Amino acid sequence: MQPVVEVRALEKIYALDGQSILALAGIDVEIVPGEFVAVIGPSASGKSTFMHIVGMLDVPTTGRYLLEGRDVSELDGDARADIRNRRFGFVFQSYNLLPRTSALENVELPMVYAGVPEARRRSIALEKMEMVGIAQLRDHYPNQMSGGQQQRVAIARALVNDPGLILADEPTGALDSKSADEVMRLFADLNEKNGITIMLVTHEPDVAAFAKRLVTFRDGRVVSDAQQTRTAA
Amino acid sequence: MNARATMALAMRALLRNRSRSLLTMLGVIIGVAAVIVTVAIGAGARASVQQRIASLGSNLLIVQPGSVTAGGARSGAGGASTLTAQDGMAVAALPGVAAVTPTVTVRAQAVAGNQNWQTLVNGVAPTYTFVRSWPLASGRFISQDDVARAAKVAVLGQTVVQNLFPNGASPLGQNILISGVPFTVVGTLTPMGQSGPGQDQDDTILVPYTSAMERLTGQTTVSALDVSATNSTQVTAVQTEITTLLEQRHRIVAPQPDDFQVRNLQSVAAAASSTGAVMEFLLAGVAAVSLIVGGIGIMNIMLVSVTERTREIGLRMALGARAKTILRQFLTEAVMLSTAGGAIGICVGIAGTVLVSLLAKWATVIPLSGILASVAFSALVGIFFGYYPARKASLLSPIDALRFE
Ligand SMILES: Nc1ncnc2c1ncn2[C@@H]1O[C@H](COP(=O)(O)OP(=O)(O)O)[C@@H](O)[C@H]1O
Ligand SMILES: [Mg+2]
Repeated sequence: MQPVVEVRALEKIYALDGQSILALAGIDVEIVPGEFVAVIGPSASGKSTFMHIVGMLDVPTTGRYLLEGRDVSELDGDARADIRNRRFGFVFQSYNLLPRTSALENVELPMVYAGVPEARRRSIALEKMEMVGIAQLRDHYPNQMSGGQQQRVAIARALVNDPGLILADEPTGALDSKSADEVMRLFADLNEKNGITIMLVTHEPDVAAFAKRLVTFRDGRVVSDAQQTRTAA
Repeated sequence: MNARATMALAMRALLRNRSRSLLTMLGVIIGVAAVIVTVAIGAGARASVQQRIASLGSNLLIVQPGSVTAGGARSGAGGASTLTAQDGMAVAALPGVAAVTPTVTVRAQAVAGNQNWQTLVNGVAPTYTFVRSWPLASGRFISQDDVARAAKVAVLGQTVVQNLFPNGASPLGQNILISGVPFTVVGTLTPMGQSGPGQDQDDTILVPYTSAMERLTGQTTVSALDVSATNSTQVTAVQTEITTLLEQRHRIVAPQPDDFQVRNLQSVAAAASSTGAVMEFLLAGVAAVSLIVGGIGIMNIMLVSVTERTREIGLRMALGARAKTILRQFLTEAVMLSTAGGAIGICVGIAGTVLVSLLAKWATVIPLSGILASVAFSALVGIFFGYYPARKASLLSPIDALRFE
């Protein structure tokens, strides 16, 4: 099967105060459709950096990146924006919803940039909100929702353009354990029932236990990469 | 993404940040309105000074008593009582002089029925309407016979008509009291307008100068002589003749200083226009300061929200917005705010100007150039500070924008 993501010898060097930090020191990873990958590792091991490069929010210093078989290293800003819009769905630790904007409008936003007509935008957004169990919150503002509810809005937003890959960076980092558990169950369900491909970054083994594959980072390198049977459910 | 979708996005963003939008607009409104009001007052003052000078004509010369020295302290011009009506007759006989009127000026209370009004009473000769090019509106003017008899007749300016006869009745033939002395109204003057801020030329009563001297001031001297030269090219020559004549009549020998001064209207005009220029310069300074204050207000509001906006831009880029689309949205927001603020500012400025001319009775001229300049400046400030941070943010990678602090 054609991988969604294939990276080879990926390196990222940050220059900071005249010092250079090797955040990624040669990463080789493939992700195929239908996978649920957890990237785990201690703090500062390069997990987020890796996720941002995979999601085309940032560029690698060197290395090859094939997205759905296509080399994306030469693309310009507009093309990268279009790919982020149509092929990725992002879920952040801090939800990143637009303030003073209803849940429904937040979920619709990626479709505004995709040029989806308004009526269709509304019906797709409502469908995805139904799917993650927050249809009743459509008119709520972010400050009227719990953390778990806001993160579900963000997940619905990540789903609306039918992305090839959902990227989630510490999505439970700001949640209490009960909400965290519910959000992780939702990810597992989306992967299991809807065949959605997910890559999730975390430093907590409890969270990683929901995934089907575990990639462990240390000092910018992959130190282990193994399938696992889901231990949490 | 098309223009309508961009406008919708911008509109939604503006409504989402109502207080920021209002504060930004307020900066534009204050700047524009302040400029319009101040410039309108300055331009109005200058226009009315120019109008007054034009209405007086370029042939006019004014002879005033000079300063008096008393114990080393010199009074200002007009302080001395040295000019007489006989001086006026002698001046009238000079070649190149078309007409002369003495003026005897006194502030007095006028009463008609149950109305009363404090005004400036001017004792003048029949030549006054000619010298001042000031036509009558109704009735007749003061005659030579009135002067000879020191008749108790009066001609009213329009402001006095309105205040003494507010119900619109014709004042002709009515009796009024000036400082308690009864006068009969024989005529009214056409409206002349203001000669400067707060100087209403129509707020006057004209009486024969002999009547003013005998019945109101009790003096035999006059306040000034208004002289009309036959030709505007002879004004300087006539000025010299008058000086020589009056020096003889007053027995003044050099190095004694003259006890009078002759001013021609060109020098009055020059003085007036230079005062006008100073005033306009000051007002323009005030206007510039309020524009800058408005601009700084806009700048502060915009800069305070840069962090929030940069993160918002990062998020929008992560969700797939192209940099151009975001910039277009932010530019549209800035233009919408500046345009709305500019339009409201123009309305507020015009309303304020009208209010000033109604309440303070100042002449105002609403200046198109002032409107354009202030709107352009505020719009530029609004657009620059709305757009520039957005442009900077759009040049960041999405992740750097998202994490901006
Ligand atoms: N924008 C940046 N500038 C400089 N250094 C950075 C930047 N982002 C990350 N780093 C550094 O790169 C390394 C990896 O960071 P990150 O990918 O955030 O790790 P993790 O997500 O595993 O905690 C760390 O040493 C971090 O300090
Ligand atoms: Mg991280």
